[in-house]
Amino acid sequence: MTEHSERAAEFVADQQRMHWHDQAVWFVRNKRDIARSFVPEWEELRSLASQIKAHTLSRLPDYLEEFERNATAAGARVHWARDAREHNHIVHGLLRERGVTRLVKSKSMLTEECHLNEHLEAHGVEVVDTDLGERIVQFRREPPSHIVMPAIHLKKEEIGELFHQKLGTPAGLSDPKQLTEAARGHMREKFLAAQAGLTGVNFAVASTGGVVVCTNEGNADLGTSLPPIHIACMGVEKMVPSPEALAVFLRLLARSATGQPITTYTSHFQGPRPGAEMHIVIVDNGRSRILAREEYRNSLKCIRCAACMNTCPVYRRSGGHSYGVTVAGPIGSVLAPHIDPKKHAGLPFASTLCGSCADVCPVRIDLHHQLLAWRGELAARGLVPLHKRVVSRVGAWILARTWAYRIFGKLLRVLAPRIPNPWTRQRELPPMPRESFRAQWRKRVRPR
Amino acid sequence: MSARDEILRALRAAAPAPAPLPDLARLEAVQYPDLRERFAKSVVEVGGRCVLVEGPLEDALRAIPEYAAARKVVSLVPGVGKANVDLACVSDPHDLRDVDFCVLPAELGVAENGACWIVQHGGPNRSGAFLTQHLAVVVRADALVHNLHEAYARVTIPCPGFAMWLSGPSKTADIEQALVIGAHGARSCTVLVTPS
Amino acid sequence: MDVALFVPCYIDQLYPRVGLATAELLERQGVRVHFPEAQTCCGQPMANSGFFDDARQLARKMLDVFSPYEQVVCPSGSCTSMVRNHYPELLPGDPRVAALGAKTRELCEFLHDVLQVRPRGRFDARVGLHQSCHALRELRTGSGSERLLPPYSKTRALLEGIEGLQLAELSRADECCGFGGTFAVSEEAVSCAMGRDRVADHERAGAEVITGADSSCLMHLDGLIRRDGKKLRVLHVAELLEEATR
Repeated sequence: MTEHSERAAEFVADQQRMHWHDQAVWFVRNKRDIARSFVPEWEELRSLASQIKAHTLSRLPDYLEEFERNATAAGARVHWARDAREHNHIVHGLLRERGVTRLVKSKSMLTEECHLNEHLEAHGVEVVDTDLGERIVQFRREPPSHIVMPAIHLKKEEIGELFHQKLGTPAGLSDPKQLTEAARGHMREKFLAAQAGLTGVNFAVASTGGVVVCTNEGNADLGTSLPPIHIACMGVEKMVPSPEALAVFLRLLARSATGQPITTYTSHFQGPRPGAEMHIVIVDNGRSRILAREEYRNSLKCIRCAACMNTCPVYRRSGGHSYGVTVAGPIGSVLAPHIDPKKHAGLPFASTLCGSCADVCPVRIDLHHQLLAWRGELAARGLVPLHKRVVSRVGAWILARTWAYRIFGKLLRVLAPRIPNPWTRQRELPPMPRESFRAQWRKRVRPR
Repeated sequence: MSARDEILRALRAAAPAPAPLPDLARLEAVQYPDLRERFAKSVVEVGGRCVLVEGPLEDALRAIPEYAAARKVVSLVPGVGKANVDLACVSDPHDLRDVDFCVLPAELGVAENGACWIVQHGGPNRSGAFLTQHLAVVVRADALVHNLHEAYARVTIPCPGFAMWLSGPSKTADIEQALVIGAHGARSCTVLVTPS
Repeated sequence: MDVALFVPCYIDQLYPRVGLATAELLERQGVRVHFPEAQTCCGQPMANSGFFDDARQLARKMLDVFSPYEQVVCPSGSCTSMVRNHYPELLPGDPRVAALGAKTRELCEFLHDVLQVRPRGRFDARVGLHQSCHALRELRTGSGSERLLPPYSKTRALLEGIEGLQLAELSRADECCGFGGTFAVSEEAVSCAMGRDRVADHERAGAEVITGADSSCLMHLDGLIRRDGKKLRVLHVAELLEEATR
């Protein structure tokens, strides 16, 4: 049993809810399929995106320096953070120096990864997550279960109950339109009262020094057009070389994520507004270590669209929270073991290696191969349970010797129905043949 | 060593093998037989409305119910009759909080996704586009392109400055995937395509 | 034409009829079928648990056994993929690996691409085709639902010529069954949920028979079908075609 398998079992046990979650997320996979069918050059776009990222990663320091030069020339201040601790320290420092106690924040997986909210709140800063889904999970004091649809695990009645408690909406109200309207009013006050706005970065463009932020709600734009301070946080891998390259990713991102041709707002921030400040925090937090590992390097191409989660039959039936890590699903299972191989050793095994993720990934990350590579690395590091190692070793010994295999095969067919077996908890064993194929082959009369 | 130097050094030491930038010029991206029709269809698909303007712009605007009913109107398009907010007097972006209707000019429209390229060099005015309850975007018929590759080949990104692709009204599907138009930003978006 | 039969260990022991049906089908096409008796297992279960050294041992044995032959045919997508796609990673320096990979084919691939047969026969039933993930996405026996390609399916093409056989329209054409090797036991809850959902899809589509190219998937689905008391017949595509073309 791993953390994932235990939590997944709980999730599955609520059959109705599990199926509801599975259908809800599968629906998004379907929408992606439909959107993709309007782009005849889709497979070529995926290849181009993958190659652009491979190129950019191969020259990342150069592109980062170019980006820094251009961003600085546009009036932004660029900061660098080695890890989560430094990132949080920098962001808090900027806020503290300016007396900011009210911050609005649009979606940023990086800041989740760094646990920024907890850090700021501990230092007396009110942090309001302004994406509706993120605000919902923030109210519930739980992490998002999906990187694009943070509250996909919740039913509208539950959200209605939450808003009744937090926003004073009428008890029993569960209509999404009315709930969203209530959130609109509440959030507007927060935007207007905010002293600083923090955003993530979907793409950082080296040749222009600009950052691109994609939202459907407009929350990143409200959060950055009102307060006089904009802080944009990005992982080093968010670089793209130019606007020409950016076009490729923008055509893939929303279609892969939600089935839309593009998000409502695709904002290009080139330096601060006149009279305002803009800070860009560039974060490593283990990415340079991943870059150094050839087997896993491709995972840095990720544009955080979550198509892999939507297609993953395991994610859909276990829910994002069963992964125990900021980013869940296939990409999460490939990124998490870098952070803590022991804690997350179960994640690469929370997969059947079906390969569907790799085929929907807009940047062609070979996720299923990376999951297998992790299994090998974890096994080599002794982080795979002992009984599995024993079974493998003994099994290999037997199978390496035809005579031993034949004896073992016969024993298996005789004993399997008679000994307790985890398989039989929910499944029948196949009827055991009296003779193996090879025994029957020997006896077979072959037609001329 | 500064964090910057350490990070750059670590990235250099990782030394992935050189990988060439692919030639994007060779890509044959989607083209549509009827550019205007496809653009209009895309705008509707993303939750907006698209109007082909035949007479005066003001008439087309007045036909939009939200414009007709609007009390406070901001316009960044010259000659919009009902605009009654003197942007020159606005120094605080918060002052635009009660704007009902905002008219924005777009330099370009993209048929594949209904997106309009809106450039803002100004200061406090930027907030108007997001605080407004309703939006109209004005784009010329000869400023439509088929896809985003053509679009980026034509636009200049203001540096410093701000520009965005705006594709329909603000929306969310965060509550059980029910699509709700008008999340935090504009509740409606009418794209007015004017003759060349 | 001479062909060496690569019969996966679990087919040898648990589904011998699949191996026999495979041999029958090939012989009916005039192929001379050999069964190298020294073969045991391709090493996939070890590799999938991350024990590459254990798998390597078995990979070398496979190379010893099959290298002398000109063609190798295997009634399993996942085992074929192990040889073709994963042996190069396990044994990068070994020159025999590429050669073996190039001549090892899954049964449907072999029938469709090499023998180029479109079987004619009779099988009166509504049949649900379960597209095993390794056959589909690693051997590319079909275009798959994820990619935007002109649709094709080698297995489907083999079934299309059979009179009386109606293919059931599934709502999810190629979702994984949930077997996944040790996953079936270590993530039992999700594995069985996935398998039951597949079965339910086939049932809703009116399938009377479920067929596929991998007995591992079928063993899992059949195990659930029989435990849940459902009335679906599960047949490997080799068995189905053999029965249909007798």
